[in-house]
Amino acid sequence: MKIPLIYNIRSVIQRPVSTTLTALGIGLVVAVFVAMLALANGFVAALVKTGSPDNVLLLRRGADSELSSGIPRDAISIISALPHIAIGADGRPLLSPETYMVINLRRPGFDEFAVANVVARGVSDKAFEVRRNIKVVEGRRFASGQSEICVGSKLKGRFANVNVGNVLRFSNRDWKVVCRFTADGSSFESEIWGENEQFQNVFRQTAFQDVAFRLKDAGGFEEAKRALLADQRLQVDAHRESEFYASQSQLLGNILRFLAIMITSIMAVGAVFGAVNTMFAAVSSRTSEIAVLLTLGFHPRSVLASFLVESAVIAFIGGVIGCILALPINGVVTSTTNWASFSEIAFAFRVTPGLLLAGIVFSVVMGIVGGFFPARRASRLPVVQALR
Amino acid sequence: MKFLPLVIANLGRHKLRTILTITSVALALFLFASLRTVGTTLDAGSQASSAQRIITQNSTAFVIPLPMSYANRLASVPHVTEVTWANWFGGKYGDGKKFFAQFAVDPASYLKMYPEFLIPEEQKQAFLKERSAAIVGEGLIRAFGWKVGQNVTMQGTIFPGDWTFTIRGIYRPTLKEYGDDSFMFHYDYLYEKYPDRVTPGWYIMKIDDPNVAPQVAKTIDDQFRNSSAPTKTGTEKAFAAGFASMWGNVKLLMSTIGMAVVFAILLVSANAMMMNQRERTAEVAVMKTVGFSDRRIFGLVITEAATIALTGAILGLGAAILLPTVTGFGDGGFLPGFHVTTGTALVGGVVAVVLAIASGIFPAWQAARLPVVQALRRVE
Repeated sequence: MKIPLIYNIRSVIQRPVSTTLTALGIGLVVAVFVAMLALANGFVAALVKTGSPDNVLLLRRGADSELSSGIPRDAISIISALPHIAIGADGRPLLSPETYMVINLRRPGFDEFAVANVVARGVSDKAFEVRRNIKVVEGRRFASGQSEICVGSKLKGRFANVNVGNVLRFSNRDWKVVCRFTADGSSFESEIWGENEQFQNVFRQTAFQDVAFRLKDAGGFEEAKRALLADQRLQVDAHRESEFYASQSQLLGNILRFLAIMITSIMAVGAVFGAVNTMFAAVSSRTSEIAVLLTLGFHPRSVLASFLVESAVIAFIGGVIGCILALPINGVVTSTTNWASFSEIAFAFRVTPGLLLAGIVFSVVMGIVGGFFPARRASRLPVVQALR
Repeated sequence: MKFLPLVIANLGRHKLRTILTITSVALALFLFASLRTVGTTLDAGSQASSAQRIITQNSTAFVIPLPMSYANRLASVPHVTEVTWANWFGGKYGDGKKFFAQFAVDPASYLKMYPEFLIPEEQKQAFLKERSAAIVGEGLIRAFGWKVGQNVTMQGTIFPGDWTFTIRGIYRPTLKEYGDDSFMFHYDYLYEKYPDRVTPGWYIMKIDDPNVAPQVAKTIDDQFRNSSAPTKTGTEKAFAAGFASMWGNVKLLMSTIGMAVVFAILLVSANAMMMNQRERTAEVAVMKTVGFSDRRIFGLVITEAATIALTGAILGLGAAILLPTVTGFGDGGFLPGFHVTTGTALVGGVVAVVLAIASGIFPAWQAARLPVVQALRRVE
């Protein structure tokens, strides 16, 4: 016969201090676990969302980032004649030859050397159609030939002079901020966009860095890639845009995940020890109680299960506390340098329901692992001696 | 001190619990020290840099190079005694999974500028003489098993093509903080293949007096302000600190987690200590009856807590100090020169003392003011 759960819950309430301390210990581990994975998730999500699967990004052959790439001007006309490119409403191909530069922007409140490398992307007028997730939320697009720029929404508040109407100075020139755009939380939101021809000039580049275009037929990537690679006049690699940006997140994403797992597993060992201590104390202070249960005819297996459940209950409470502790971090924007692209990227912590569930499961596992040996001792108590 | 055997006997009555508690304290301090070391390693670059060196780079973006002609103009700036330059190469070796920095440098002036790199004289001469020669740090030798005289081929990501270098020398940094995982080769080797694209990425100057650095920096930047390539000049230290700041909030994150770990373990060990005392109520009552003063009881319990915390601290901090050396974690990769500083070890020690006091004080106080008569009733 099973020992009712209410017995465990009442026992837990009997020892409020040690239960709370153990639960808090487990809670902190879960909080760190959830927070760190939320960081890794947020970072990866920002980059994965950056690309679209039916867009193609062309880089120079062998280049592993947009910064190190280069595509000469004469290649652009060859590429734009490609039949695989979608055609816009005005009959021109949806293609954006882009210049890509990381510029120094000063971090407000620090000295002039604490700079962030912000991406300045020079795009064609078609870029806003090629990248479907871009939405201008304030102001209007920059006009061709003007010293005007658009800024991603995540720059706001982190740098000076990035609000619509401000003038931002870089590369020896004053730029008027005319619009702010969002991009579904992707890394485009950490970028500054301007006209490609002008950016190419001010950054003294002779070539574009990459070419982005929309596929006419979403499934036609392989075919377009074959056509591009076969063309002897071009020295380019074709990447599916979504895959390219996802691969840029791999390195840092893996490091963050590795850190999360390593730190929390070390912490978890400590928390499990806490649970072991608590449960051993629980067992030894209730020796006679357990003996009575065994005398009454409860099977040792039921006693084992019961103590495991008790430990799991404590850990579950801890897990819930941990999730509650970690929840406020959801949506908090932080930033770091993505070394794969040498640029600063801002992203939000993402606490997902799945992550919370993982935290709870993690806590219960800690409880069961920590409760096993004490529970086994309880179930093996010599009844006659214990009853004294 | 004569009560030490008593303390040890008490610790031994629940061996498992004592071991678990010590282990959790050790894990906590190990984690705390390692996380803090991430922060100190990121900062180490700026602390280790020389105040006599200043760096000039493009003020728009550090990836835009500066004209070669600046070398002579910089050399003529007052207080500047030496000028050298370097370029970021960005090559990929093998599968490219293991990242390390490669610099194209002006060989003679660069090695003179950085006496921190210790190179055997004959290796240095061999490096200077040969255009395709390279000098690499010890860390890379360990990581890749290269040998002097070996040819190493890399793929250029910025400068396309296959690049073959001959390793002619191995350098050892005078201080761990300088890092031993750089790969340096001749600037001319890069230039001859891409003459229209290659100009110095940044200039490094030595000045005769560290105190004039701000004026010299201003003189330089003013000189190039309206040119096609305006500059930003500052001390090496300032640039290193700026570079570390690119990590953003990573340091804050690490220290927050470090605090959470310490706090979590504090809960665990305080809990264990309290349970210990609760079980021993009767025993303490007996001790008091036979004449142990309240103060002595208090001292005994605190000593027990301290023994646990300090043993854990020695194990945990010891592991954190030894681990990078044993596993070679500090070699190459993301945090070159990863090692626990004395400061971190000291902070860890303070944390252990706080842990001992915080986890011991409440049970000790409880034991000290235990009402003997009542407690004795529980003694069988």
